[in-house]
Amino acid sequence: MSLLPFCQWLAETRGSIALHESLYMYPLLESSHVLTLCLFVGLSVLLDLRLLGITLRRIPVSEVINRIMPWMVFGFILMIVTGILLFYAIPIRSYQNVFFRLKMITLVLAGLNAWFFHSGIHKRVGEWDSTLPPPRRARMAGVLSLVFWGIIVVSGRMIAYNWFDCDMNPPAAFYWAAGCVPGVR
Amino acid sequence: MFSYFHAIEFSAAGQMIKNSTWAFAVIESVHLLALAVIGGAVLVVDLRMLGFGLRRQTVAELARDAQPILAASLFVMLLTGAMLFMSEAVKCYYSTPFWVKMSSLALAILFTFTVRRKITRADEGRISPIGYKTVAVLSLALWFTVGAAGRWIGFSG
Repeated sequence: MSLLPFCQWLAETRGSIALHESLYMYPLLESSHVLTLCLFVGLSVLLDLRLLGITLRRIPVSEVINRIMPWMVFGFILMIVTGILLFYAIPIRSYQNVFFRLKMITLVLAGLNAWFFHSGIHKRVGEWDSTLPPPRRARMAGVLSLVFWGIIVVSGRMIAYNWFDCDMNPPAAFYWAAGCVPGVR
Repeated sequence: MFSYFHAIEFSAAGQMIKNSTWAFAVIESVHLLALAVIGGAVLVVDLRMLGFGLRRQTVAELARDAQPILAASLFVMLLTGAMLFMSEAVKCYYSTPFWVKMSSLALAILFTFTVRRKITRADEGRISPIGYKTVAVLSLALWFTVGAAGRWIGFSG
């Protein structure tokens, strides 16, 4: 099943057109999305580095998580809200953009990594709260998080470039990966 | 002044970045990754000074841990920023957000490595809560201006 018809419907709604054509709303949304990186990804990086035993070494992992998590959740909500609105402004082009698709897939992977961590080794954090270096599985979660969020940030930035857009006649593999349909843009 | 900007853009390095399909995008991506990191390093200490986040640690303790991350990410920011600037120096010359960013950046760096450094390193009892809060608010305001003006360079023609 393709989400293309949904995106086409979305693109015709008044809100989408208004956002798309607005002089200031779109850049303001995008700036908010980008600057929230500092809050959400910035703090995630600190947590990941703590899981690797590289920084904040004297602070127990559970304390870093408990104290930082509310701010990360706040940043994440801002990210999701501004991100959905940015998608709402340009649904078809985003949906048919290889970088957008890569970003969405990696978001799912980052979510799974966080879920595995919290439902696994984090449940026994009491046993390794101040152990240096932290256990392998915690370090693994930290590295994977750094890699996934790195890919998410970079591919997110690349959405702005039209190198592989459907109307640019991209190489066959990109045409397929972007789910291009002749005549739809 | 303009002739310098012109010369920078038309230098070999400036032209190389400008004429490449990928260079600008790749350098900008690294600039953005470093933005996230420097944001975290600044925020974790500023939030603490405001009374949020890792409150059971002293400001000095957190600042000591955040310092190398702040310095390393700032270095990457300046390096990639200079490269981006080289590829579009003439546009920057005419861009108000660019000048706002450079002025606030100079202030932010100066403030971070003088006043903020001194205050965050001082012994806990010697700084009043109001002192910490003032420094944190100024730091956040300065870095926010740098970030927001930086993003706006791209929007202004």
